[in-house]
Amino acid sequence: MKELIKKLVEAFGPSGCEDEVSAIIRAEIGDKAEVRSDNLGNLIAFKKGTGGGKRIMISAHMDEIGLIVSYVDKKGFARIGSIGGIPIATLTGGRARFADGTVGVLYNEKDAWKGPEALSDCYMDTGATSPEDSPVKVGDVACLHRPFEVLGNRLVSKAMDDRIGCAVALQALLEMPSSPNDLFFVFSTQEEVGCRGAMVAAFGIEPEIGVAVDVTLTGDTPQAKPMSVELGKGPAIKVKDAGMLAHPGVKNWMVATAEKLQIPFQLEVLTGGTTDAYTIQTSRDGVAAGCLSIPTRYVHSPSEMVDYDDVLNSVKLLVGMLETEITI
Amino acid sequence: MLLKELSEARGVSGNESAVRELLLKNLDGVIDEHRVDALGNLICLKRAKLPAATGAPRTVMVAAHMDEVGFIISGYNSDGTLKYERVGGIDKRMLLSKPVLVGEKAVPGVIGFRPIHLIGRAGTEKVADISQTAIDIGASGKEAAAKLVQPGDYVTFRTSFEVLSEDGLRAAKGKALDDRVGCAELVEVLKGDYAFDLYGVFTTQEEVGLRGARVAGYRVNPDVAIALEGTVCDDLPKERDRDVSPVTELGKGPAITFRDGSVICDRRLVKLLADTAEAEGIPYQYKRGAVGGTDAGAMHLVREGVPSVVLSVPCRYIHAPVSVLSLNDFENAIKLLRAALTKLEGGLDA
Repeated sequence: MKELIKKLVEAFGPSGCEDEVSAIIRAEIGDKAEVRSDNLGNLIAFKKGTGGGKRIMISAHMDEIGLIVSYVDKKGFARIGSIGGIPIATLTGGRARFADGTVGVLYNEKDAWKGPEALSDCYMDTGATSPEDSPVKVGDVACLHRPFEVLGNRLVSKAMDDRIGCAVALQALLEMPSSPNDLFFVFSTQEEVGCRGAMVAAFGIEPEIGVAVDVTLTGDTPQAKPMSVELGKGPAIKVKDAGMLAHPGVKNWMVATAEKLQIPFQLEVLTGGTTDAYTIQTSRDGVAAGCLSIPTRYVHSPSEMVDYDDVLNSVKLLVGMLETEITI
Repeated sequence: MLLKELSEARGVSGNESAVRELLLKNLDGVIDEHRVDALGNLICLKRAKLPAATGAPRTVMVAAHMDEVGFIISGYNSDGTLKYERVGGIDKRMLLSKPVLVGEKAVPGVIGFRPIHLIGRAGTEKVADISQTAIDIGASGKEAAAKLVQPGDYVTFRTSFEVLSEDGLRAAKGKALDDRVGCAELVEVLKGDYAFDLYGVFTTQEEVGLRGARVAGYRVNPDVAIALEGTVCDDLPKERDRDVSPVTELGKGPAITFRDGSVICDRRLVKLLADTAEAEGIPYQYKRGAVGGTDAGAMHLVREGVPSVVLSVPCRYIHAPVSVLSLNDFENAIKLLRAALTKLEGGLDA
């Protein structure tokens, strides 16, 4: 799966600009499912069930956090705004990349050793010397620019959030044996700005069950804020986050599947942040929703880290969940 | 001038009826039908008058919000002054000594505070909390006040609309330009003939969370949605000599939004507006910075999602008792919108 993951995480796709990621996923799916895009750019892959099952929406978001040019000054430096939540301390000295491949260096006008206090202290140097020779203009969008690396059994890149979820959902779709359930794999847009893509996709699909596949934080780094999720201890089954209480039936179905298949798993209580399951859950007259999380360190930094075994086990768990009849 | 009448009309979020009536009077003979929904949205339909191209949108919704930021009366003080709360985002530094009008009867009052003699130099450096101020309608006591004003009555700033400069920038000042300028534009846009059903929707409760547009969008179920706004304009002097950008500048044309706090605009529609402005020689600018939310934030998320965009007239000092716009920007926004809607008849991907 590493090749697929590399291709997905290195693709360009800040919220609202998910076309490149969508094209990669569409090509990978080929004729394995019926594929369409909707008004907000969600890619929806449908695999009809053999009958008697549930209508299930699986959602992994294609978009990543990014930057948007708000101004190019007289000397050619670009000022930037954020798309989604950017921890500004991670920007100085880093680089950003635009859809056309243009690269800019990120720096700040305050003390480089201490870092910026606000995004308005930061700027981007694209090598331009004036607005006239600037390769970027107001409104252009960039992603963080870092290559995919394999560090032992750990994988590191920008945009693991949530291309790793896309990779897991996509791999599950490709490996899926026949299932009684009608499966809608949604590769959603604009999660990082408020789970907007999943909201409208869920309205169109009208699922009975919704499962987001997304990253979650861990509590296993030096002096980390206490949280009982660790890298390498298996997929995390969400109990709650800041936006959603998982449907107990969905959570129990995930736990029972992991136990049956002897897949290691961890229960997750996340105190900040949420996933597509948040907007799926309250679509129309309500949807039983939950989330399969891939434990990830350094979320929203340019170097998000996952454990490869957790990734493989997440695929196994998702396939196991979806291939059988479900009672929740 | 309709913009003057709209600016002076009183319509805090949740109580937009005076604005609605004024608009209806001015739309007589312009629209084919209208309805007022449960949240008070005025939904106007101008039926397609021209043949549609294949693949072109059938239903386009253009929204401008009728409501303005203001206050609501929450009780009486024993001395006959009134307790009040804010409705929508208002900087409390804007409040002291401002004239206001209270309730349906438009009882005149002022937001009172102790004078400089009593608070001392140090006191002038602090921002007064709302609870330290009161609305004074000149009542002699609680009972006298209760004869004129009830808790729940809405309060607006009392500001007359005035043209500040007849040429050049053609600036005008008034209250509630956010978003009565959008309402005035929409009336003009509805006078055109198009190849799709145009729903001109004058929405309610935008300032408290885009509430009207959400339910109106659900009802109209459009193929394309456009929000007309009065937006932040901060072209006043900047700190030191730092070369940073204002969000918008007065007189530089209507502002096209890439994204704001509530929406990432459909790139095809952003391009449609910019291309149209270029082709027609209409000045335009982009809104830089992501501040605020707009009705597009609600409209683009209804049902299965709607391609949406925002076009704004820059307004200095919005959400204050008085704001300033350029009539050139206002007129250019109408021109741009009408031309863009005509171009949209060829389809979103044309």
